[in-house]
Amino acid sequence: MPVRTAYQAKIEFLQILDEHGHYDAKLAPPGTEGVLTDEQAVFLYERMIECRRLDEIAFTLQRSGRMYTYPQNKGQEAAALGSGFAMRKGTDWLVPCYRENAALFLHGLPMHLVFLHWMGDERGNAIPAGVNVTPIAIPIGTQMLHATGMAWAFKMRKDDRCVITYFGDGATSEGDFHEAMNFATTFNVPAIFFCQNNQWAISVPREQQMASETVAQKALAYGAQCVQVDGNDIFAVYKATYDARERARAGGGVTLIEAVTYRLGDHTTADDARRYRNSEEVEAWQSKDPLIRLRKFITAKGLWDDAKQAAIEEKAKAMVAEVVKKSEGIEKPSTDEMFNFLYAQIPEELRKQRDTLRTHSLGLDPAQAGLRAGSH
Amino acid sequence: MPRTEKQIKDGLTLVDAINEALAQEMERDSRVVCLGEDVGLNGGVFRVTEGLQKRFGPDRVIDSPLSESGIMGTSIGLAMAGMRPVPEIQFEGFMGPAYDQLVNHAARFRNRTRGSLTVPLTVRVPWGGGIHAPEFHSDSPEAIYIHNPGMKVVCASTPTDAKGLLLSAIRDPDPVIFFEPKRVYRSYREQVPEEEYTIPLGKAKVLAEGTDVTMITWGANVFQCLEAIDQLPEDLSVELIDLRTLNPLDWDTVCASAEKTGRVVIVQEAAKTCSLASEIMATIMERCFLNLKAPVQRVCGFDTIMPYAKLELDYLPSPKIIVEATEQVAAY
Ligand SMILES: Cc1ncc(C[n+]2csc(CCOP(=O)(O)OP(=O)(O)O)c2C)c(N)n1
Ligand SMILES: [Mg+2]
Repeated sequence: MPVRTAYQAKIEFLQILDEHGHYDAKLAPPGTEGVLTDEQAVFLYERMIECRRLDEIAFTLQRSGRMYTYPQNKGQEAAALGSGFAMRKGTDWLVPCYRENAALFLHGLPMHLVFLHWMGDERGNAIPAGVNVTPIAIPIGTQMLHATGMAWAFKMRKDDRCVITYFGDGATSEGDFHEAMNFATTFNVPAIFFCQNNQWAISVPREQQMASETVAQKALAYGAQCVQVDGNDIFAVYKATYDARERARAGGGVTLIEAVTYRLGDHTTADDARRYRNSEEVEAWQSKDPLIRLRKFITAKGLWDDAKQAAIEEKAKAMVAEVVKKSEGIEKPSTDEMFNFLYAQIPEELRKQRDTLRTHSLGLDPAQAGLRAGSH
Repeated sequence: MPRTEKQIKDGLTLVDAINEALAQEMERDSRVVCLGEDVGLNGGVFRVTEGLQKRFGPDRVIDSPLSESGIMGTSIGLAMAGMRPVPEIQFEGFMGPAYDQLVNHAARFRNRTRGSLTVPLTVRVPWGGGIHAPEFHSDSPEAIYIHNPGMKVVCASTPTDAKGLLLSAIRDPDPVIFFEPKRVYRSYREQVPEEEYTIPLGKAKVLAEGTDVTMITWGANVFQCLEAIDQLPEDLSVELIDLRTLNPLDWDTVCASAEKTGRVVIVQEAAKTCSLASEIMATIMERCFLNLKAPVQRVCGFDTIMPYAKLELDYLPSPKIIVEATEQVAAY
């Protein structure tokens, strides 16, 4: 009996705007669905600049002791913005990790909240009503299951919403990734899994994290659609996410998008990447910086010039100053903050702890201590 | 690895001492392997395994995939098949995914197989708060692992203890959780014997002898308690006990002291309810009831989630509150 092929697959890599700023109009004819217009490209370039400047100031704040640990987003702005822009603000949901600030801002999250979070202030996680994002996820991989559940709920309620969840290359090693993919595809929920493959999980390079050639191919095992995109090409990221969103809305299934990008900074401000990766690699990726590429493109199209660049830099500077002022200007949280949000209604014992800031019984109930004081 | 000049002059930090213990044990016993996220080339995010990969090679100091369940589950397999794995979980807040493997598997194999399969592994875990780390990086989950039978639980507070206890842990025939107080990692140095030595598990250390009040603690709070003792009136004689091993606990030392002083304050970072402090109180109640002169006091973390950095020091037991509780117990 001949051996039958039970399954065959190929992984496509999508790049529309290459690192020299050349645009492939055959792949993305202007004016068609899922293709960014000139105005949109300029709009997103400006957001990229803002996010980069914000990222830089966060880094300096940390270095001068005004912020605690901060994970830089530098180099990954196209991945965050292109995908975030493909999701409908106020309708779809973003379930992030911690390296897609630009997408969160695009969906209305006030920038100073992200700063507050990294300044060690929980009020930074108080997400304003109508902003459809979940908080920054620190425990790696956990958020993908939440995203799947949310998408599942939207399906159950016949609510036309999709969910995109973000995670890193390292996160695909956690069981949660595999469980989420399996649930999402088994119940065919409107979810998009967006992997920011920035080549590193702290000090562990992708090749050491997994034996598979791509992250995208992991989707095949779960019956999801998949595509690999140049994550520093905002056109490719937008198109892939747009297509995935439309497919999800139409009940056409789950998509895993692998955005091939690079973490230009250290893992966080607590890390020193020079310990484990060489500068040639970093330099090679610096030339693929999404900002440079998009600027080349809009400049060549006559949409951008030095005067506009100067103007946006000015604007970004003012905006960043405002964010710093807002996040630093806030008074220290009251200790009540520790207690007030644990339950809808605070239990009596906890109320006592809150009001006395004590846990030992004689401190919780000073009358008891006084009762016997001096009696020995 | 020879000690640096600074180490010779000023002594070792907790990080140095653990690193030295790992190196000496890997040298002595070829079955010992270290594995975990970033423990290899990067030397771990706290640099506890610094230099070990270079010395022992990537087959013995292994950068694992990012998966705590994977790290713990495969360590069980390694241990059952004759290795002596020393996995690291990067922060105690990420023990969640490893919980099932640890509690339901590592801790149970010996019992499940009537002793025919055993799991001699030592999982190292940076533990506790006080370093202004992000969310999920500052918890104190020791009670969970003490409550669940089958694992030994160690928490060393000084470099000398850390070295001797870690060597005992690795040589122990059962799974051991080795909690490393992050707050102490680099904040305290002392001279540590250079040669290898062990400190038996299950033995507390009386850091200061006293007759009026017993103070019981472990981990970073040892230093908070020492500060509190400095602030207390000199004529109040405080006995300070560092438990060092949390399971099995050295009840003889605890109870002898409680019986002697009749007044006890327990200090811990973890939330109060159903904690190790609760267990110590209960046992003192059972065993020393007739000797007690005051209700045993617990200075604990609140029954809340460990707050982010801005409120961290408001959450952690401060020397000031420890002083207050001690004075109240003394005056009762
Ligand atoms: C469950 C869990 N384990 C470990 C960590 C510590 N940690 C934080 S980020 C990180 C690497 C993440 O790599 P990746 O998923 O590729 O995302 P990236 O940081 O590169 O964006 C690790 C190990 C964590 N936060 N959560
Ligand atoms: Mg990564």
